[in-house]
Amino acid sequence: MISNYIFSIFKEAKCIQLMHACMKVCIFSTCIVDLLYPDVGKATVELLQRFGCETFFPDKQICCGQPTYNSGYDRETITTFKNQLDALLSIDADYIVGPSGSCVAMLHEYKNIFKDDPEYSKKAQILYDKSFELTQFIYRVLGILDCGAELDDTATFHRSCHMTRLLGERTAPIVLLEHVKGLELIPLHNIQLCCGFGGTFSAKEPLLSEAMVDDKANNVLKTKAHILIACEQTCLMNIGGRINRRRDGSHITIMHIAEVLNHNVDTSRITYVKDTDHVMVPANGNGVF
Amino acid sequence: MGIATSDKPFTERIKDAEADKFMRASVAKAQDAQFQKRTEARRQLGHWEGWRDLSAEIRQHVIKHLPDYLEEFSDNVQKNGGHVFFAKDGNEASAFIKQLAIKKNVHHVVKSKSMVTTEIGLDKELLTIPGLSLMETDLAEFILQEDNWDEPTHIVFPTLHKNRNQIQKVFEKLGYDGDNDPEHMARFVRHYLRNYFMQADFGITGCNFAIADNGMINLVTNEGNADISMAIPKTQVVVMGMERIVPSLKEAEVLDNVLCRSAVGQKLTSYCTFSKGKEADEADGPDDFYVVIVDNGRSKMLNTDFEPMLQCIRCGSCLNVCPVYRQVGGKGYGSIYPGPMGEVLSPILGGYQEFKELPYACSLCAACTETCPVKIPLHELIRHHRYVEMDELHLDHSPSNALLKAVGKGTSSPTLFNDAMRFAHIALEPFGKKTTPEDIKNLYPDGKINHLPAIAPKLAHGWVDVRDLAVPPKYHQNFRHWYRHYEEEEEQEND
Repeated sequence: MISNYIFSIFKEAKCIQLMHACMKVCIFSTCIVDLLYPDVGKATVELLQRFGCETFFPDKQICCGQPTYNSGYDRETITTFKNQLDALLSIDADYIVGPSGSCVAMLHEYKNIFKDDPEYSKKAQILYDKSFELTQFIYRVLGILDCGAELDDTATFHRSCHMTRLLGERTAPIVLLEHVKGLELIPLHNIQLCCGFGGTFSAKEPLLSEAMVDDKANNVLKTKAHILIACEQTCLMNIGGRINRRRDGSHITIMHIAEVLNHNVDTSRITYVKDTDHVMVPANGNGVF
Repeated sequence: MGIATSDKPFTERIKDAEADKFMRASVAKAQDAQFQKRTEARRQLGHWEGWRDLSAEIRQHVIKHLPDYLEEFSDNVQKNGGHVFFAKDGNEASAFIKQLAIKKNVHHVVKSKSMVTTEIGLDKELLTIPGLSLMETDLAEFILQEDNWDEPTHIVFPTLHKNRNQIQKVFEKLGYDGDNDPEHMARFVRHYLRNYFMQADFGITGCNFAIADNGMINLVTNEGNADISMAIPKTQVVVMGMERIVPSLKEAEVLDNVLCRSAVGQKLTSYCTFSKGKEADEADGPDDFYVVIVDNGRSKMLNTDFEPMLQCIRCGSCLNVCPVYRQVGGKGYGSIYPGPMGEVLSPILGGYQEFKELPYACSLCAACTETCPVKIPLHELIRHHRYVEMDELHLDHSPSNALLKAVGKGTSSPTLFNDAMRFAHIALEPFGKKTTPEDIKNLYPDGKINHLPAIAPKLAHGWVDVRDLAVPPKYHQNFRHWYRHYEEEEEQEND
């Protein structure tokens, strides 16, 4: 509780940097980053540390469970959920932050899945309160407007479905991207349409998924932007992978938003929101000091 | 006759639908147009989320007290001089209406579009009566009827898959000799149908909402054909799904508001009618008024995880936002109920054996859940069907089933996952190719896989046949290695 108290004092005094310095953040890497895209994970860690957060990585974490849960294998997935929950809570961090809106939304869903389990329902509630998607955490919790990044190029942003519709976050990534120096954002036509990834859907229903991703790829190419950005590496794998197969977009660079916000950073440009009122106090009050 | 519209296997239907370039373009165009209209109509109403909450609350309340409201409604219909028949299934409903038509010695039936009559196969049943003529009077349904009973592909816009030239051809068979201007064609149909209306002795309509406390039927249409179908024939039969009920006019007002805005992007449709049997001293309206209330599998949803589906008011806005529907249109689903609501409803009403693929024709993007005016968690219910199929009914015996179960094991054991990270690069590298300057940037640092041998699992082919896959990084270059190393450096610096 003492940390909460000190945190509130810093908040009152609008000492936002000091607030960050007392935050312990558990990195939720996601299995895709672990298996395929180390650079996204690196950018995530570097960003959080730059803002003063102390990061931790529990080794036992694996996957949020979506591949099997969303395919209908509820029973098989229960152990996956429990392993993930226990792993992420094994470190007494103030926050759990991951570079994927979809995977974080899945962590939130544990609350419903374990609602009848006396032991895990409590843990799931803690997980729910502590877990944030990366840009959501940077903007809403750390209260940062400008990450100090610079990227002189044109880009378009793919708005991921689970991030916007299940996690309910559509503002944070846009605000942060708009503050990247030199970055010109070109609107993506039909931004609300799914790219056709859908987890195992993309492998189980390749015909449907192909038609959907072709639509999305066409819209991306029509923007003539050089960079495609998203908060979801899996969507990028799908859209980028399709464009690469079609051989019609070799000028495109794929960047996870963490890589953009971590690009060419000048720390003197880091800007905080003026009003710290929307900056949240950690959900638990455990042991920072 | 069930709700199935096709005998073809699912994959073939998808291939057919995707080959139909015209249909896909027209669905996409309709979706985009509806997006604009719907968004604007909802914005004009203001406080859309509040209206959604209220609508969902009304529907949930009714479903919770469904037997009571059905009884109240039925009592009031009878008080008004009408008759009510409760049908357990489609056969019972069709048989009742058929017997009624025979008893009344009916010759000319006019119908106005109703999903539930399509669901129970009423048209075909009635046409077995010798000497009976049946005319669908909703413009779109009329086109389908005259095109050799083509199947509807949308619950609100049944002919979304046809263009004006195709429709012109259908009408030419009826003597139309004008151009393909929709207005001209509609005028032709108006005259054509007028004769049928004037001699009709049996009218069949659906029901958007049944008002429990006064026994009235609420219909919203844009053509007025339902109103004539009710006004002229001596006998009127209303066919309704058992859940289409509201407590009173107050709730009907709320739901009509969200229905019209969600279905067609209008504040209100051109006609919004509340009717019952003939009032004394009035000239028009039926002498005999029947309401057939159909269960046909709906009660199976009560008190289950699928109960929220009974909230559905058939506005079709989930079809209009669905990215899968956009690609395959209604025909791809093989059910009269396509799109997200159809993926939930079809396996319940038509059985898992027939529709087991439908819940998988979904990327769980939740656009449907977001737009639903009565807040049905559609994508969650679609996922729940997958659970019933895999964990309860064990319908999948393919290698994909074993593979996904293995993924389940791999994602629940830190040791196995560590092995996966350790061997990912070694196992996949042989299939990889070097990244070239022609490749997209920053997606394939360690090479790409764009081809797999035939013996590779179907799921792996599903991904790699469509898009390039990244070769995983070497074990000592993965994220966790980097992090451990990074942390050690930090600690050394701090010391």
